[in-house]
Amino acid sequence: MNTDAKAAAERVFRQESGRILATLIRFSGSFDRAEEAMQEAFSAALTSWPEKGIPQNPAAWITAIANRKVIDQSRRERTRQEKQDSLRYQTRTIAYSESGEADETFMHFPDDRLRLICTCCHPALRPEAQVALTLKTLGGLTVAEIAKAFLISEPTVAQRIVRAKRKIQEAGIPYEVPSPDRLPERLASVQAVIYLIFNEGYIATAGDRLIRSDLCAEAIQLARVLCELLPHEPENMGLLALMLLHDSRRDARVNLSGELIPLEEQDRSLWHAGQIYEGLRLVESALRAGAVGPYQLQAAIAGVHAEAKTARDTDWLQIAALYQELARRHPSAVVWLNHAVAVAMSEGLEHGLMLIDQLGDTAELKSYYLYHAARADILRRMQRRDEALEEYQRAIALTTNAVEQQYLHRRVAELTRCRHDLVYPDG
Amino acid sequence: MFLIYSQETDEPLSPGELDQVVSGHRAVMSDAERKGILLGVERLKPTPTATTIRVKNGLPMTIDGPFAETKEQLAGYYILECRNLDEAIEWGKRIPTMCKGREGCIEIRPVDDLQRP
Repeated sequence: MNTDAKAAAERVFRQESGRILATLIRFSGSFDRAEEAMQEAFSAALTSWPEKGIPQNPAAWITAIANRKVIDQSRRERTRQEKQDSLRYQTRTIAYSESGEADETFMHFPDDRLRLICTCCHPALRPEAQVALTLKTLGGLTVAEIAKAFLISEPTVAQRIVRAKRKIQEAGIPYEVPSPDRLPERLASVQAVIYLIFNEGYIATAGDRLIRSDLCAEAIQLARVLCELLPHEPENMGLLALMLLHDSRRDARVNLSGELIPLEEQDRSLWHAGQIYEGLRLVESALRAGAVGPYQLQAAIAGVHAEAKTARDTDWLQIAALYQELARRHPSAVVWLNHAVAVAMSEGLEHGLMLIDQLGDTAELKSYYLYHAARADILRRMQRRDEALEEYQRAIALTTNAVEQQYLHRRVAELTRCRHDLVYPDG
Repeated sequence: MFLIYSQETDEPLSPGELDQVVSGHRAVMSDAERKGILLGVERLKPTPTATTIRVKNGLPMTIDGPFAETKEQLAGYYILECRNLDEAIEWGKRIPTMCKGREGCIEIRPVDDLQRP
């Protein structure tokens, strides 16, 4: 019974803490008070549930208890303030219900979590603070978990969160869903934070593990919440689809010894069919909605890869066309680089290499390891080994991820072997 | 509080640019006044008129010029009573910053409570 209750409480925390907290913040007008009240409610659950049994709706139970704590806190604080200096500055945000007991129906506003995510991802906060606050409040991750996922110290994470909360309070970042004319801009900021979390999990920027799947799963979960809250926003679907399609390859991307396997060499039977199916369906319905955006286009590209039975079957012409569309709408050197690679694979290596070289002349790309890795890859396919080797070395010097370095070293080793084979054909 | 930072240049504004700046400020001022939220607005003279007092070794020193030689300099301010940061950002987007030459930026800061004696 005891362990059942504990497991139930943990499950509610994992799945519902974001929703509960979002509601409590609306009631209390304060992140800290809401968190404190929720924590107290969970400890109350751990003593009450083993004795009285797990309630039918555990999340509602937690919310009700936590809400009562919020009201108690506000009363205590008001009494204390009245006793002290009556002229003291009153926080304007206190908005607790006067009646005391809040009734169930008005507790969960469907858009409470939308308020919360818009506040956490407010552009007036630093991106790293947006990420930490979103994971902590909506994702229900602890400071320790966030620190571990981003390979930074716990005090750093804690400080980011404290500072962000202080700025929300003192600069008056509102706890509300932005008006329709401002929503698109704010939504872009929310989507960016979610995708940042995913990418940090998918292509860890430092360290010796390439994929940190907990962060990927968290980002996918957040995107699901966003789709649920604003189901008619095609870019939300595009973002979810994009992450599902990438994540579907997680088991095939790295081999047992932790080495990176390029798309071309992956065992496609390891791809997760369920995620691919869901991702493809999402892309289709998003594109049908007729408001094309960058996440949808990137998801469509990932979808073309996902649909190819083997690497040879990849429809590179379509991928090149999609990258061109993406670059037309959101011009960036990296997108044009990907376009050039797709052209190399569909229209000919020479043509692709020419496009890449043109990019290298003009852009900031030369300090970007993928530029050199892409160039090296095309040169390798063209059998221009010496030039390919040089480019691989440049790429190695520019990446910080140990797994990606390892992959590039493997290519170098293969090419070096080939060259020796040519020089000493018998040996 | 909206601090207006403008790029100070020696070239005067063209008549068209000047018109834009003036009508931009007029619109902000009259809209804010109509809503009853305009608590203050001032335009500052350019930095060649500035004097800085800095305490050095415990003594106040008077120096010619602004506190720092940067391209963008404080050119004026508004104080508007806003409900929250989002509302403030909307006002901030409307305030022209070109008055001293070229466009600069607006810094928004909440005004802190001050206990007056």
